[in-house]
Amino acid sequence: MLLKLEPRGETSRAMVYLTPLLAIFLTLVMGAILFALLGHDPLEAMYAFFIAPISSAYGLGELGVKATPLILCAIGLAIGFRANVWNIGAEGQLTLGAIFGGGLALWFYDSDSIFLLPAMALAGALGGLAWAAIPAFLKLRFNANEILTSLMLTYVATLLLSLLVHGPYRDPDGFNFPESRLFEDSALLPVIVEGTRLHLGAAVALFAVLAAWLILSRSFIGFQIKVIGLTPAAAGYAGFRHSSLVWLTLLTGGALAGLAGLFEVAGPIGQITPVISPGYGFTAIIVAFVGRLHPVGILGAGLLIALSYLGGETVQITMGLPQAVTGVFQGLLLFFLLACDVLIRYRVRWTLGAAKEAKGTAS
Amino acid sequence: MIDTTAAILVTVVTAATPLVFAAIGELVTEKAGVLNLGVEGMMLVGAVCGFATAIATGNPAIAIIVAMIAGAVMAFLFGVLTLSLLANQVATGLALTMFGVGLSALIGQDYVGTPIKALAKLDIPVLSDIPLLGPVLFGQDFLVYLSLAMVAGVAWFLKSTRAGLILRATGESHDAAHALGYSVIGIRYLAVMFGGAMSGLAGAYLSLAYTPMWAENMSSGRGWIALALVVFATWKPGRVLVGAYLFGGVTILQLHAQGAGFAVPSQALSMLPYLATIVVLVVISRDSTRIRLNAPACIGKVFHPER
Repeated sequence: MLLKLEPRGETSRAMVYLTPLLAIFLTLVMGAILFALLGHDPLEAMYAFFIAPISSAYGLGELGVKATPLILCAIGLAIGFRANVWNIGAEGQLTLGAIFGGGLALWFYDSDSIFLLPAMALAGALGGLAWAAIPAFLKLRFNANEILTSLMLTYVATLLLSLLVHGPYRDPDGFNFPESRLFEDSALLPVIVEGTRLHLGAAVALFAVLAAWLILSRSFIGFQIKVIGLTPAAAGYAGFRHSSLVWLTLLTGGALAGLAGLFEVAGPIGQITPVISPGYGFTAIIVAFVGRLHPVGILGAGLLIALSYLGGETVQITMGLPQAVTGVFQGLLLFFLLACDVLIRYRVRWTLGAAKEAKGTAS
Repeated sequence: MIDTTAAILVTVVTAATPLVFAAIGELVTEKAGVLNLGVEGMMLVGAVCGFATAIATGNPAIAIIVAMIAGAVMAFLFGVLTLSLLANQVATGLALTMFGVGLSALIGQDYVGTPIKALAKLDIPVLSDIPLLGPVLFGQDFLVYLSLAMVAGVAWFLKSTRAGLILRATGESHDAAHALGYSVIGIRYLAVMFGGAMSGLAGAYLSLAYTPMWAENMSSGRGWIALALVVFATWKPGRVLVGAYLFGGVTILQLHAQGAGFAVPSQALSMLPYLATIVVLVVISRDSTRIRLNAPACIGKVFHPER
């Protein structure tokens, strides 16, 4: 082997911040190569992918619209990942949020109460929370792996949504189309910036970032989560209850994802459709990692990944490139980040050079 | 009646075969101490590469080999990250799946809706004419027989060969294996790439034999079910077979129930394989001692010789 990894005495603070930037840079280089391989001018394609979508106020609003569910889900996931709880079923929890909260909007279809929207948000959060409670219970009571159970429940949730929009949720005047009625104004999130689609949910996501930051860095619970993730044994000696942290992290993640799902149906979509998310719950895993499992980092990562969705749509329309490019970009970014992370705890040495050096200094 | 039963049993076997391939590959990977959650992604890339090759060459054998290579290349990527660059295996596996979903959709965009001839059934003369058992045992495509041979081969390799013993030792205690002078990283690379090749083969079975076509995300969670099967089998090759056929049975049962027009919505029936996975996982994992005793002790742990 030419490369040799030498453990650092302590983790490098500089690299913690530098590696995401390095990963983004490498992803851009690979992206340019990918565009060239697909037969397009790389510079033109990169411009269309990354710059064009956000060169208008409307585009910036769309960025916020796409970032909102990503950030909400990623915050919840990051809290779990910090404590080594691997909830990867945010997509399912998001779907349940839409089913519960959106269902309330259909139930009180004629209502113009100002309490409808808050009630929907509450129902959405509860829906996601309930769905996340299943893997938590199965993990603690039966030792079942939460990665697999939360993922299986995502497939079940998607089928449940399909079942509902083909049945009870279907618009009675909709010529049998599998879609619900359009929500009334009282059930729709208000737009907060004129001329865009940026809705109140974005403000809630921002609030979630701040709240999570405070809780994780300043509270005893945040400290417990950190300890249990780094050294489970120490947490045990300190008397931290593992089970209550599993409950706490999974339920928080579920509630936030459920809220994200409700914001989609009560925001940009405005009704319940068979597909309410292009995989936000899965992409949020990437957001959480690129954001270093830190709320503020997640805010930045969420905006970046949201841009990749917009970019994918733009190149599809203007250059006829497949939308799958978005998924490839997102996967590459996480790959490069994980690869670059080695620099945080290790120094990379070229062994050929190092061997000579060792001979010369003989120390 | 006998003919219908035989037809159902034949489809149970074909529904189970991709799970057998993927799960037996992942079993070897995990026995070496590596948890690769990227099975779903490797399957999809194998499926699309195999399909594209079959269209281009018309030769299913080449298509299957290309699918296996594609799966192994994906697994190699996982190896570089987790084994050489010491990245977290859970996170890297998730990344591999997401990358595989995107990449396969990108490669496959021109193939959606293209029909292809399904892999031929062997129909061994005379024997396949036996009622009921004939078509089930002697009328399958050759990959079905390969999957059975693979399970037997892996069981023999792990239990009775020196190389198998070394592989298991690597998974049980990488420090001890390292101290004995074995290349932990090298062994794990091989095990991971074997797992990738098997996932690629599982994908090729989906796109060439089970449903001869390409569709985005066509594996629909089978990679994850295969991961659950390894736990269900408590890391024993023979039980992978039992588990896979059980799941094949559930899948086909719900398809036939949908066809028979039960008063239950089709979506509710489609949930069954996923719910069954959860139930099976719960039943097996309940006994945490059994899981602890059977799971490779070093699974998911990072190995660095100087730590």
